[in-house]
Amino acid sequence: MIKSELIQKLAEENPHLFQRDVENIVNAILDEITGALARGDRVELRGFGAFSVKNRPARMGRNPRTGEQVAVAEKHVPQFKAGKEIRERLNK
Amino acid sequence: MSGKTVTRADLSEAVYQAVGLSRSESAELVERVLELVSDELVKGKNVKLSSFGSFQVRSKNERVGRNPKTGEEVPILPRRVLVFKPSNVLKSQINKNMLNSGK
Repeated sequence: MIKSELIQKLAEENPHLFQRDVENIVNAILDEITGALARGDRVELRGFGAFSVKNRPARMGRNPRTGEQVAVAEKHVPQFKAGKEIRERLNK
Repeated sequence: MSGKTVTRADLSEAVYQAVGLSRSESAELVERVLELVSDELVKGKNVKLSSFGSFQVRSKNERVGRNPKTGEEVPILPRRVLVFKPSNVLKSQINKNMLNSGK
């Protein structure tokens, strides 16, 4: 399922809403999660899962082709841990 | 980092602010979005949300694990796990803001 299909399904279930509103709803949710992670906040959605940001400190890397040393800057990567309910549903 | 935790209530509030619906309807819609995504994943299908990321269901084979405390070998049964692959847009958003805030 892609985003447009999710919007389509939600729009069909809510005939009183404009398609445009449904798009805004889905985007508002995703933007809120993105914004929270960009601030370094955690997002916890019980039953579904939790998003968090992990810090990867700067390190010295190596170009695997030339063996040359290169500096790799510090970065932050998003993480997701599936919630208990969905993990159980996946294995039922 | 502010170390705050964002929950369903914050997502509902964002929907409430974005669209002119009641707070209760906003909350129901947030719940429904999560359900639609979960249901798809439980069916074994992947969910791709452009500029956010994709949720993928992976099947893991049985393997031998070990209880780290007792050293005892225990079989880990075949199972399905959910993985999230962040999009490049999400990754760059996170790094952009962190750099701006001097972190």
